[in-house]
Amino acid sequence: MFETVITLDQFLQASIDTLYMVGMSLFIGSLIGIPLGIALVVTRPGGIMQSKTFYSILNPIINIVRSLPFIILMVAIIPFTRMVVGTSIGTNAAIVPLIIFISPFIARLIENSLLEVNAGIIEAAESMGATPFQIIWYFLLPEAFGSLILSITTATIGLIGATAMAGTVGGGGVGDLAIVYGYQRFDTFAMISTVVILVIFVQIIQSTGNVLARKARKE
Amino acid sequence: MTMIEMKRVYKTYKRKNVATEALKGIDLEIQEGDIFGVIGYSGAGKSTLVRLVNYLERPTSGQVIVDGQVLNDLSDSQLRAMKKQIGMIFQHFNLLESKTVFDNVAIPLVLSKKPKDEMKKRVMELLDFVGLSDKARSYPKELSGGQKQRVGIARALASNPKILLCDEATSALDPQTTQSILQLLKRVNKEYNITIMLITHEMSVIREVCNRVAVMEAGEIIEQGSVLDVFGHPKYPTTKNFVKTVIHNSIPESVKRTLKKTENSRVFRVEVKGEVASEPIVHQLMKNHEVEMNILFANMTEIQETTLVIMYMQFDGEASAIERTLQFLNEKGAGIEEVVE
Repeated sequence: MFETVITLDQFLQASIDTLYMVGMSLFIGSLIGIPLGIALVVTRPGGIMQSKTFYSILNPIINIVRSLPFIILMVAIIPFTRMVVGTSIGTNAAIVPLIIFISPFIARLIENSLLEVNAGIIEAAESMGATPFQIIWYFLLPEAFGSLILSITTATIGLIGATAMAGTVGGGGVGDLAIVYGYQRFDTFAMISTVVILVIFVQIIQSTGNVLARKARKE
Repeated sequence: MTMIEMKRVYKTYKRKNVATEALKGIDLEIQEGDIFGVIGYSGAGKSTLVRLVNYLERPTSGQVIVDGQVLNDLSDSQLRAMKKQIGMIFQHFNLLESKTVFDNVAIPLVLSKKPKDEMKKRVMELLDFVGLSDKARSYPKELSGGQKQRVGIARALASNPKILLCDEATSALDPQTTQSILQLLKRVNKEYNITIMLITHEMSVIREVCNRVAVMEAGEIIEQGSVLDVFGHPKYPTTKNFVKTVIHNSIPESVKRTLKKTENSRVFRVEVKGEVASEPIVHQLMKNHEVEMNILFANMTEIQETTLVIMYMQFDGEASAIERTLQFLNEKGAGIEEVVE
């Protein structure tokens, strides 16, 4: 039907690369972003561990990183990436900017989810003599859990978009395939099939997120 | 024994350099075993007042003393230990939607790291007490408002508190459910000997369960005392308005209009409480024929299992005869006030 130069192996490899980049940066990004999100909520004015200094430093830093489009962030931090992984090319090199890109995004999403928790619940926790850690662990996180899952889902989909741009540093992945073959070599088959794969990825992730969130919300 | 005491408590909120005085010099004493009601319109400072007791709000100045401990002097961890002695229930219940009824009630015990089997026993005991044993595995979403408040009460009792604070606990409930929750609070008070402080804007709640009441207006307690006294003799307009919602306590306008005043007639407000109310006082008054008696208005209410009768009577007769009648009423233990209009 269509003339194409890419092989099935290339497709599989690209899919694996995408999943690897998304998975790794999501994992490390969550390890950084979730505590930051919690920190934003508890240190904000009126929070359970209110700290004007901490909040007024953290908040703008997150805003600054968040204001950079991924493609610019990626090239801007090339020296840093080279320092961390020893190279600025390849899948592992792409993960560094992906983490820096996604962590503050996750922090904001988590912050929003936690802020949705009814203030009355926090008050009830305080009335029981819960420590700040207990309030976070036994009240804040369980109550926001459904919403947290949806936040992470949104972050994951955001990451899939970002990995496509990682192709420009030779990151590989499906996005790379679409640009190098589909766009630059007018390989319509490559283009369509990558689009289909990305759509399937996003659909699966969003549906899984929705199901898990519904479960967490006891619906 | 005094359970809760406040001495000259002030609370000022500062927002954008505008200071709002929420509490202005509160003096309050709540005895062990009391069901103490605080009533006032919204914005009167009730919510702030009740939150001082478990230090969810800290006073700007003045002392809060709970069970002999001055809260102002306690460290954060001492305060947390103190809070475990004080249960609290809320208008909107504040249950964890993500946890079952069982887990909600268990949460104070989880926080105190109680062993699993002890926890289970205590939770089932409490659910039984509030009549929700069969709902242990349900989620709050599946419960009615009244059931949610029962869970709230069970949760508040989990850590064996000495005090229960109720923040408008029945304001979101319909009258019938309110009744059943109030009966439950009475049982909490009697069976566990827990001192209850409740705030409300409904005088019927006060009448139903409280033995003592404080009336708040604009950050001050304008009147406090036994419910019977405050209901019988409201002094301030706000109190009178509240009392009016449950006891009709004045001569109806239509009676006032048609009231015939003669030279020798005087109008009195006669108040009879308790056992005296069951004596045939009116009959005896009529029998002695000395004065002509006209009941302009009468009302009977039950407060704290005591009957309170308020009557407005017009006496017509010689001055000395009226004096003798008043003396008779006085001997019977009635409270008498002349009404001059």
